[in-house]
Amino acid sequence: MKTTLTRFATAAAVTAVIGMTTVGSAQAEDSGDPIIIPIHNWSSQIVMSNAVGQIFESLGRNVEYVTTDSQAVYESVRLGDVHLELEVWEGAFGKSFREALEKGGLHDAGDHDAVTREDWWYPMWTKESCPGLPSWEALNDCAELFATPETGDKGRYLDGPVDWLKHGKERAEALGLNFTVINAGSAAALWAEIGAAEKDKKPVLVFNWTPNFAEAVWPGEFVEFPEWEDGCDKDPAKGPNKDALYDCGNPAKGYLKKAAWDGMEDKWPQAYCVLTKISFTNPQIAEMAKLVDVDEQEPDEAAENWLADNEAVWKPWVEACAS
Amino acid sequence: MTAIATQLPARIDGLSNVRTATVLFCVAIALAFLKPVLPEWLVRLPDWMILPWAQWLQALFDFVREDLGLIYVTRTITAGLEFVLDATANIMYGKHRWPYLGPISWACVAGVSAILGYWLGGRRLALLAGGTWVWTAVIGQWDLAMQTMSVIVVAAPIAVAIGVGLGILAWRNRTIEKALRPVLAVLQTLPFFTYLLPAVIFFKVGPTAAAVATIIFAIPPMILMTTLGLKKVPPDVVEAGQMSGSTRWQMLRHVYLPAARTEILVGVNQVIMLCLAMVVLTAFIGMPGLGAKLLAMMGSFKLGRSFEIGVTIVLIAVMLDRLSKAWIVKQPVHFEKGTPWWQRHFFLLAGIAVFLLLALLAWIVPYFHEVGRRQDLSMGREIDDVIKWVLDVDWIQATTEWLRWFLNTKVLIPFRDSMLWLPTPSVIVLFAAVAYYVGGLRSALVIAAFFGIVALSGWWDRSMITLYTVISAVVLATLLGIPLAIFASRSEKWSGRILLACDTAQTFPSFIYLIPAIMLFGVNDVAVIFSILIFAMVPLTRYTIEGLRGVPVELTEAADMAGSTRKQKLWHVQLPLALPTMAVGFNQAIMFAFFMVIIAAFIGTQDLGQELQRTLAGNELGKNFVLGICVSVMALAFDHVIMRWVAGRKAALGLD
Repeated sequence: MKTTLTRFATAAAVTAVIGMTTVGSAQAEDSGDPIIIPIHNWSSQIVMSNAVGQIFESLGRNVEYVTTDSQAVYESVRLGDVHLELEVWEGAFGKSFREALEKGGLHDAGDHDAVTREDWWYPMWTKESCPGLPSWEALNDCAELFATPETGDKGRYLDGPVDWLKHGKERAEALGLNFTVINAGSAAALWAEIGAAEKDKKPVLVFNWTPNFAEAVWPGEFVEFPEWEDGCDKDPAKGPNKDALYDCGNPAKGYLKKAAWDGMEDKWPQAYCVLTKISFTNPQIAEMAKLVDVDEQEPDEAAENWLADNEAVWKPWVEACAS
Repeated sequence: MTAIATQLPARIDGLSNVRTATVLFCVAIALAFLKPVLPEWLVRLPDWMILPWAQWLQALFDFVREDLGLIYVTRTITAGLEFVLDATANIMYGKHRWPYLGPISWACVAGVSAILGYWLGGRRLALLAGGTWVWTAVIGQWDLAMQTMSVIVVAAPIAVAIGVGLGILAWRNRTIEKALRPVLAVLQTLPFFTYLLPAVIFFKVGPTAAAVATIIFAIPPMILMTTLGLKKVPPDVVEAGQMSGSTRWQMLRHVYLPAARTEILVGVNQVIMLCLAMVVLTAFIGMPGLGAKLLAMMGSFKLGRSFEIGVTIVLIAVMLDRLSKAWIVKQPVHFEKGTPWWQRHFFLLAGIAVFLLLALLAWIVPYFHEVGRRQDLSMGREIDDVIKWVLDVDWIQATTEWLRWFLNTKVLIPFRDSMLWLPTPSVIVLFAAVAYYVGGLRSALVIAAFFGIVALSGWWDRSMITLYTVISAVVLATLLGIPLAIFASRSEKWSGRILLACDTAQTFPSFIYLIPAIMLFGVNDVAVIFSILIFAMVPLTRYTIEGLRGVPVELTEAADMAGSTRKQKLWHVQLPLALPTMAVGFNQAIMFAFFMVIIAAFIGTQDLGQELQRTLAGNELGKNFVLGICVSVMALAFDHVIMRWVAGRKAALGLD
């Protein structure tokens, strides 16, 4: 009884004093400026950003997140409006990254262990009707399997959005593939296409990448194109077709980088040091994506759980920068 | 062809308008038929005529940004804006910034909103206002909704303030009004992708850039409505003010603005709706909350959760719309002298009381402060299953398969190919002919100039694909929307229902139906047109219903007495009278279609939208702007012709 009374009394006091009533904690002001981490619209990047943010917070840093477009973000890192980027994919964002690098203001903060692969891909059920896969040479024999009303008797390959700069059209021409290349407008459009084909097990050929949540939902394989040689995109002599560029598959082991704003090192030396040490592997990234995409956790919660289960992974990064 | 046009006398009567238009039309047809023998440079502009606009604009942009130091000015504004946004963010969702008070409990917000709703419009509005927030909290989206609202509560008032200010200036000064009009027109038609990069560079990615983009997008109707309202103030009211010896400021403050209250509030309503329309798009440049979450959900193919977020956005939009409309209708209450203080401010006091009570409750029962992670009632997975089940139904699949085949191979692709086949001058002359028919020489020149810009930009083919998409979608929207509206306008009940559906379709984030559109039709033009169609049908249906219901009762009664059948009445009385209003709706439908066709780049198109998307990689601002202008001038060309037609038609009917 007494406690209830005191409760009420304090409650009344609190509401009276604060006027604008609020419940919850009002902590002391943190003097450090927040480190601003950009997040995009795919799960592994969101969870990874939250995990790294929480590592920074455990060091006493202030962290804020801001959602941005994944191409325009490099301009913002350069200007110091956001301070780092955790997933720079070689294939999709290499161009934006390199251009920002040339203009100055951001730099390469090291690679993850993870390697990325971005290429033509099909869900497993496709193989049943086109057993020659994954070799690219089988594609022409099965072209009509992938035909749609718009493409006539040519097969249809759904490439990634144009701003990912995938050169699917050039490759189809260089290798003499009997395919029309259509660009999807977003990752969501690719998933919708696979999702729609799933129930009837209709063969589809789409752009996909790894690590990615889709691997868990729709098992599938990449098409094996002639192996990437350095210069395949610049020197026609490379690759099987001596007169054309882009006659190879994408690098099967593309980099996954971190990028940092040039001012970060001076402003938050310790956090910067940790950033350069950070390196996730493919299974770790897949695990983070799975926590959100399959287990339906919220990203911050997923990051918390992941950090709790993997202290052995991230503690050494922090300890290396302890001084 | 301009040679033919300029030889004509300046004053032209209606008949020779028709004659000249016919001549122009024949020229266009002739140019098309002569294509095989036309010299190359008459089919498409030769390369040397296409100047490097993109590089020039890029250089200009760099100059303004760095050498003129515009970026320092905008960054100073950004700092001020950021302070305000941080404060609202703290209060609404507890961001660690001054004043360190937040977050407010959801129960408090819901309670106070309900009181506000009751004050403005009685029990139903109270239920809507309170209920929306309860839904948001219970479904587990409270924090997200507050993140979104923390930007909107700053952006909307700023847009209103700037809009009213510019509106007053435009009303006082004809020159400003004339200068403002084209700027507003371009701002309203410039595609969203063109705002994106400048907003990020000048105003810092995050809530600030999002707020600025929202403000720019929402201002135009506020300016227009303010000017309109002030112009309509009756002279006797003005004279009364002058007789009582008011100064100019007093006149404005106590005479003009109160007299224009209704129009200004309509403007406020429009601002709020446009702010909410931007919630998802601005997530690309840092808008936190519902939009960002929606994009993440779409990225991992979670349709159900996306759908729930869409419902929340619609509910918030409908609630704010109804509240602000109730505010428009509500006249200021005047109390008798001697009414006690508490009676005059009854609702204010009730609001404060409810707030304190619920704050106390929230403090005791944490559920009313914040709904925990595992306590929400989200049904994302179940909705996913329902959506997939619907898409799985055999006859739906068979229908969409057939539609995909039929529309693509029999209608859309041939239409697109013929647009691309036509020689450039033929298209320009054709549009000029239509303009000449409607608005005479001046209109024809304006339209020819607009399409001339497109030709000179070097993006003619892409622009034609955009145009083809817009035309196809609007034609389909007309075929579906007008009969629907005619049916709905026959009864009060159905009008209400269809209008509510229009509100919903307008505010439901278009991203959500992009995905089902793809699942139904695949990544191709049918999906693109389907998604534009939904959006373009809204204004068409709405204005047709309003036009038909606005036909004076005396006239329909006269028709009844003359013994006309329902069909005759519709065709000879109602439709002709409603036509000007319907045309305004048609115009809006085209504007919406131009807006949406660019968004449809997220499905996958081959038009200007796709090129705009490409410019995002590598930040090619110059090219981005050139493409944006192409979209803008094509939209403006339609706007010009239709609005000229409406003005002429209204004059002929003696309306207005």
